[in-house]
Amino acid sequence: MPRPITALCLFVASTGVLAAPLSGERQAQLRSLLYQDCGSCHGMRLTGGLGPALTPDALAGKSRELLLATVRDGRAGTPMPPWKKLLSEADIEWLVDYLMQPGATR
Amino acid sequence: MKRWLPALLILFGTLASAAALRGTGDMGVVIERASGQVLIVEHSNDSELAEVDGLGDLSHASVVFSRDERYAYVFGRDGGLSKIDLLNAKLDKRILQSGNSIGGAISQDGRLVAVSNYTPGGVRIFDADTLAPVADIPAEYAPGKRSKVVGLVDAPGNRFVFSLYDADQIWVADLGDPEKPVVTRFKGIGRAPYDALITPDGRYYVAGLFGEDSMALLDLWHPERGVRRILRGYLAHDERLPVYKMPHLEGWALAGRFAFVPAVGQHQVLVIDTENWKQVDAIEVHGQPVFVMARPDGRQVWVNFAHPDNDTVQVIDAESHRIVKTLKPGPAVLHMEFTPRGEKLWLSVRDADRLQVYDTATLKRLKELPAKKPSGIFFTDRAHRIGL
Repeated sequence: MPRPITALCLFVASTGVLAAPLSGERQAQLRSLLYQDCGSCHGMRLTGGLGPALTPDALAGKSRELLLATVRDGRAGTPMPPWKKLLSEADIEWLVDYLMQPGATR
Repeated sequence: MKRWLPALLILFGTLASAAALRGTGDMGVVIERASGQVLIVEHSNDSELAEVDGLGDLSHASVVFSRDERYAYVFGRDGGLSKIDLLNAKLDKRILQSGNSIGGAISQDGRLVAVSNYTPGGVRIFDADTLAPVADIPAEYAPGKRSKVVGLVDAPGNRFVFSLYDADQIWVADLGDPEKPVVTRFKGIGRAPYDALITPDGRYYVAGLFGEDSMALLDLWHPERGVRRILRGYLAHDERLPVYKMPHLEGWALAGRFAFVPAVGQHQVLVIDTENWKQVDAIEVHGQPVFVMARPDGRQVWVNFAHPDNDTVQVIDAESHRIVKTLKPGPAVLHMEFTPRGEKLWLSVRDADRLQVYDTATLKRLKELPAKKPSGIFFTDRAHRIGL
């Protein structure tokens, strides 16, 4: 059974670097940012617009690292801007985890 | 006597409603984006009259009006096309016409409503009375490939003009025979058109480009001359800044012969001389402009901004290009609308759940009204303006 254990270790390694947990207030701000402001391109229900859908289904198969990098640095050649000047690394991790967690979108 | 009773009741009912007769020329609707509702408002006394429910996902919703200014057509993100009766304050008809839509337009003759869709990419045309489907124009630019459609406007000659975001094209659809649209395609117009507008006379269609620092211009009087690029290289000496919300090109901020448009990736409003389509100025402003709107008399230009500067609105004097006022209406100012002759401006402050009314002469706030996460504000005088 070596393979699942390796996978598990990788999973722990990739999620084990979480910064200090965000305050409830900050989480509420980020949730509002996500639906209202990210929503101006991705749709208020994250079902897509000029930008792609961000529902758990749409994100299935995409790595957390890729999503973190996309939010942090944007995507060249597309309208997706880099958010690192406006959001902390902890903010970005919270947003990506929130997106990937099934049932997080309305 | 008994047999007259129903007739009397009908007569009474008629008289009662006669007492409430009103025009719709001072009315409008405000999108309450998060709750799928619209407010029906009036701007003679700046008040809210009613609220209509059940409009679905209204992120990025926009509105056009029937030519009698009685009905509002609301285009929702979820592909919903809703027709609202302003006088009876109720939903008259509603259809789900696609998976994901972005906006719409009404034809010159008022008989057709067109919707631009992201999924499936294309334009669908409906009967303005019944919302029955009339025609479908898939934005298929290569076999099996369909583009998101943006910047849909009406043009004289019962035409609709729109841009293909994924295919760098502008299409003109002639609805002379509504069931058989004749489409003229202009290719290679510039990278990633994100929105467009048409001049108030219906002659020039201008698409903003996200993929390059220029705009694409089509003279609808002379389509045979093709699309040409204007403002080429307006970022030539500057680094492009992140754009946290796409600018909108709506209406045409025109003051005399000069047009005011948002730069993309610069905190500037660009001024274009429409005689030769050359840039004559770049006005430094507070953030990435989203809406750049001229007061109907062309004397002032009001600008709002993308996140994170969206708590601010600036007023530019159209003659001197100077910023005459910086207002702080509150968190997330999403849209602005002038009254038909421009003495007042309404704006929506999403995160304060407020609408605000300003006197455009004194630049003072006159009134605040409650609204749930308000976004677009649309007054009925748009019914009689080309491209709105």
